[in-house]
Amino acid sequence: MNTLQAAESLPGISQSPGADFALSCPIPISDYPNVLLAHGSGGKLMHHLLEKLMLPAFSNPLLETRHDGAVFPIADTKLAFTTDSYVVHPLFFPGGNIGTLAVNGTVNDLAMCGARPLFLSAGFILEEGLPMETLWQVIQSMQQTARAAGVQIVTGDTKVVDRGKGDGIFINTAGVGVVEHSLTIAPTRVRPGDAILLNGDIGRHGMAIMAAREGLAFESEIESDCAPLSAAVLALLDAGIEIHCLRDLTRGGLASGLVEIATSAGLCIHIEENSIPVMEDVRGACEILGLDPLYVANEGRFVAFVPADHAERACSIMGASIIGTVLDDPTPLVTMRSAIGANRIVDMLSGEQLPRIC
Amino acid sequence: MKFMDEYRDARAAKKYAVLIARLVTKPWTLMEVCGGQTHAIVRYGVDELLPEGITLLHGPGCPVCVTPVELIDKAVQISRRNDVIFTSFGDMLRVPGTQGDLLSSKAAGGDVRMVYSPLDALKIAQENPQKQVVFFAVGFETTAPANAMAVYQAKKQNIQNFSILVSHVLVPPAIEAILSLRGNRVQGFLAAGHVCAVVGYTEYEPLATKYQVPFVVTGFEPLDILQGIYLTVKQLEEGRAEVENQYARCVRREGNLPALQIVRDVFAIVPRKWRGIGEISQSGLGLREEYAEFDAEKRFDLADFTVEESSACISGQVLQGMKKPYECPAFGTICTPEHPLGATMVSTEGACAAYYRYRRPAGVKKSPVTLDLERSP
Repeated sequence: MNTLQAAESLPGISQSPGADFALSCPIPISDYPNVLLAHGSGGKLMHHLLEKLMLPAFSNPLLETRHDGAVFPIADTKLAFTTDSYVVHPLFFPGGNIGTLAVNGTVNDLAMCGARPLFLSAGFILEEGLPMETLWQVIQSMQQTARAAGVQIVTGDTKVVDRGKGDGIFINTAGVGVVEHSLTIAPTRVRPGDAILLNGDIGRHGMAIMAAREGLAFESEIESDCAPLSAAVLALLDAGIEIHCLRDLTRGGLASGLVEIATSAGLCIHIEENSIPVMEDVRGACEILGLDPLYVANEGRFVAFVPADHAERACSIMGASIIGTVLDDPTPLVTMRSAIGANRIVDMLSGEQLPRIC
Repeated sequence: MKFMDEYRDARAAKKYAVLIARLVTKPWTLMEVCGGQTHAIVRYGVDELLPEGITLLHGPGCPVCVTPVELIDKAVQISRRNDVIFTSFGDMLRVPGTQGDLLSSKAAGGDVRMVYSPLDALKIAQENPQKQVVFFAVGFETTAPANAMAVYQAKKQNIQNFSILVSHVLVPPAIEAILSLRGNRVQGFLAAGHVCAVVGYTEYEPLATKYQVPFVVTGFEPLDILQGIYLTVKQLEEGRAEVENQYARCVRREGNLPALQIVRDVFAIVPRKWRGIGEISQSGLGLREEYAEFDAEKRFDLADFTVEESSACISGQVLQGMKKPYECPAFGTICTPEHPLGATMVSTEGACAAYYRYRRPAGVKKSPVTLDLERSP
């Protein structure tokens, strides 16, 4: 029996809209009585959480756009507002650390709204016993990263939890930016014929973390691509590129980002496998572990959907290449021409990619 | 990437597709045995390049798929013990038993760790002498040498807190079981290259003669598979039934002799139950008597039990090449990777999961982008 039926059989519990949310948790308890790591992987399970718990509970028009941040007017100004939490292990990895991620991640969410990032907050949850030197290194990185991204960290909070109740440092950052143009940048603005631009090679961050976490030694060190994206987006806007949609390709990688957009836009997206750059070392590491770079996380990569006649100019401004196009087909799918020239669909994964046995 | 891109070249693939199309005069049904090959076929769309007469069936070569559900239940039971660190390859963690999967066990407080090699598990045992460290030793002939080495090292170094939960299976007995099935449709086999890299391919020679079917030892890249199909179809069209080696860059007829030696030293051939298929005699590996102390089933005194599988699941028929995943009414409806009814939907190498992930769900029309396949190379 699922919980809805259970609730219906209890007298006095209303099933009308707005009924007590806690009494009619719509996730079938028998499926997932506990939160799994996969619920945070950016795949289907995480979307189930959003759709079944968060969206109905917090229901409002801004949230329902399901963008990287909320964009709303206050007086004569359009603002963008976003938040993100960072729980990476290990805290330091080639190409960055939890502090650089915490700043760039939130800056990038604002950039994906087409906003100029202005101010961040920083909330720290520290584990008892954390070396002060470690904390200092993270804070210094945050300061340097914020300066490079042109934002200021203007408010914050610090809590300490018992040893064993945290993983060294957890950071939450929220960010505010200002939207200085009249475009609506959202999946619903995607049009048939749009070109899909990608600003670099994919998979570096995920493989850098995996190599550091699992102690995998490859011939050369893979560095995270962690970087602020606001300058590239603002340059596109300044040049008058008619941006339809932007998406940074974090958890779940390029594949999940495109599937989300195809679903929201109600259009079929077609990409070419051979046009997607993947660094040689990242490909090698993925081959060894049986992972698909399409699903590996990035921290400095995004896709831009622009009209075809803006594509070439946009590519040269953001240092990108065209990886695909939006088809005039209302099937909300991503299809890909494989390396050998056949077609397949690109789906979202349920949870994390797991290395294969053989 | 060198030694990889050469085997994924679109022009060469097209050329092979045309050669195969020219060769075919009647319909043929082939089976690729290994889940890794199934994965590559649907991921790259190799089957889309084939002429209509060629049907590929997907064999039982996915270790995750054929591990009996009872054994997964045993793994989950062991992993829930406070004194245990349970280690496993990544893709076994999500396979559901009747009492949940290993990831759920981890969420409930069990110390479940993903490792890349059984020797990593042995290291964990050395570093945690107060804990029992168990490794989930599943797989075919490919993983057997490393698993045997871990047990051999554990005995040699007297690491007493290490044990393995064994469910090793062997490919040739499963192929013979398929060939001897009434209503078998398979006319030729792409033998799994990685398995043959370990054991060689002499075991297929009597099968080819007895059942008059060709075997082509085949690699895992799209061009390997296309060439494997080409060689198999050529044999069928010419009325030959021989064992050929397409994957000569990795496979020798006699296999890898030191690897085979350690497997023989540590393991003995035993009957094994295959998920969805049932017990096949002489089809698995179990620890020899002199290594019995490292058998987790004995160490934790787990009783034998049998579990009934969902009757809606046809994974047994899929694994034996009798049905395609989309011929199952549950496929993509009540059976999805989030809610799998059987293991072929769980593992990325499982035929059902591969079709679900790379092929259109039923009822969704085909992509308007079509392959422009010329009739001449």
